[in-house]
Amino acid sequence: MSLASALLGPVTIGREVRERVDRLELPFSRFGVDNYGISKKHLTYWFTLLGVLYKEYFRVKAYGTEHIPRRGRAMLIGNHSGGIAIDGAMVIASCLFELEPPRLAQGMVEKFLNRMPMASLWFNRVGQLTGLPENALHLLEDDRILMVFPEGARGTAKLYWERTSLVQFGSGFMRLALQTKTPIIPFGFIGGGDAFPTVFNAVELGKRLGAPYVPVSAYLLPLPLPVQLAVHYGEPMRFEGTGNEDDATIEHKVNEVKTRIAELIEHGERQRAGFLALPGRT
Amino acid sequence: MKVVLTGASGLLARIVARKLVAHGHDVIGIDVRPWPEAPDGVDMHTVDIRKRAAEDVFRTTRPSAVIHMGTVTHLLQKSEDRYRINLGGTRAVWDHCHAYKVEQAIFIGRHTYYGAAPDSPLYHTEEEPPSGATQFPELADLVAADLYAGSALWRYPEIVTTVLRVCYTLGPSHHGTLATFLSPSRIPLVLGFDPLFQFLHEDDAAEAIVVALEKKARGVFNVSGPPPLPLSVIAHAAGKRTLPVPERLFRALLGRFGLPGLPQGAVDHIKYPIVIDSMRFKKTIGFRYEFDAEATIESYSAASSSGSARSTST
Repeated sequence: MSLASALLGPVTIGREVRERVDRLELPFSRFGVDNYGISKKHLTYWFTLLGVLYKEYFRVKAYGTEHIPRRGRAMLIGNHSGGIAIDGAMVIASCLFELEPPRLAQGMVEKFLNRMPMASLWFNRVGQLTGLPENALHLLEDDRILMVFPEGARGTAKLYWERTSLVQFGSGFMRLALQTKTPIIPFGFIGGGDAFPTVFNAVELGKRLGAPYVPVSAYLLPLPLPVQLAVHYGEPMRFEGTGNEDDATIEHKVNEVKTRIAELIEHGERQRAGFLALPGRT
Repeated sequence: MKVVLTGASGLLARIVARKLVAHGHDVIGIDVRPWPEAPDGVDMHTVDIRKRAAEDVFRTTRPSAVIHMGTVTHLLQKSEDRYRINLGGTRAVWDHCHAYKVEQAIFIGRHTYYGAAPDSPLYHTEEEPPSGATQFPELADLVAADLYAGSALWRYPEIVTTVLRVCYTLGPSHHGTLATFLSPSRIPLVLGFDPLFQFLHEDDAAEAIVVALEKKARGVFNVSGPPPLPLSVIAHAAGKRTLPVPERLFRALLGRFGLPGLPQGAVDHIKYPIVIDSMRFKKTIGFRYEFDAEATIESYSAASSSGSARSTST
């Protein structure tokens, strides 16, 4: 990358972000704020940063974005990959940069972040609300795209050698999908564990900072490496039910999604291995 | 319809009283504070709702409905007094309604009932329990009065009991929590936080109360207007500048150097939003607000603040 393109990159991305944020089909008021407090101004700054990471730093490849509905409610359900939520940020970026019209995926943020100054303000202004069933339900009933990582904080705690595995899935997302008749778009996120190779989770330090833990990378710095990342979206999965089924029935459906995500990860890892093996590509 | 309006001398209650008269109702006002310039159609009784004289108003006038706005929200009032007035008054209203066969009773509550917390849902529905009083003990009496009024739904099933949890109001009267908070030229914010605030033009709030009366809606309803806005956006739209202050400093300086004289529990209300889902009220009552956010803020800014009542209330 030449110096000129490195400097011009954010400017070009910023222009594209402004144009795409303008085309988001959200009910912005004259103040540029929607009914969840999502602000066009904050989205523009935030997506410019995400855009630089998405397009230049991680050079993310998004496959199967045609499976994400252009309008109406949907749930993006996938694996956690990497200790510092790069996965979520890049999935959100893929929905803005790859979809026509662009869409805003809204994640469910860990509760402790809402207590932190600045984090609270920014997550709320860009539509990333606190992870509560009531918030998720409200967003789906409003025909938004909800992004959920059913592994939760257990998923971001995965260590480097566990990076392609899946830990236990929560079942709340399935009850919500049934209750609101929302299609589930499974996705496999590839490479996050390489970008941020966690070797240790500092629980004590986390407690002092008000977080469950702080992931520590192999090279100690809390910065991800510029590894190429990929996200593979699968076909929508639709489930019949009311959301009031017994735990065993729900568990069965959750496992179907988990299996599909495992397949997408496997496919992604294979494709990546092949891609990396190509001569002249690193 | 003959309507008893408690707390009739309050600024919002006066707007309600005028609106009731305009809709052709006879208003019987009860308040310890006089309202000498009360318009025709409003029969004022300067009595305490908890005293015998207030019961006599019910006995002699035989109203068909009561709108209970006689709760004290001033945080400067001593807690014990507030508790006595707010709970004792609410109890007296429903007891009189039962004794004198009043058909409908409306309690005007506040959306602060739900409390502001980092881990609460963004949109509160009527089913949610109150969490406001835990961090903010000064709210306990209003939460208790709200729940007490709601209990009349099963204690006195013959009365159509309506509990309205109304969001902040804003308008030319410069009355209420948000108006007071917005009154300095520099609005203090807690650095790193900018909660959504929900507000309704005071005329729309009064209209909602009158419509709830006329539609005889039984139950508990959240009442709000336009979509919420971040506090900083409201401040800027009102022509004010904001001053973000780190939380520790903010808490240490409350009541000094131009910072509002609020209890510590109120700081959470400037950090986290209290936003209500008023879909039930809109669907059941068919209520539509007239003033959007911009028009509401404009009406607040345009009105001269001279002579307007300023209060620190919840």
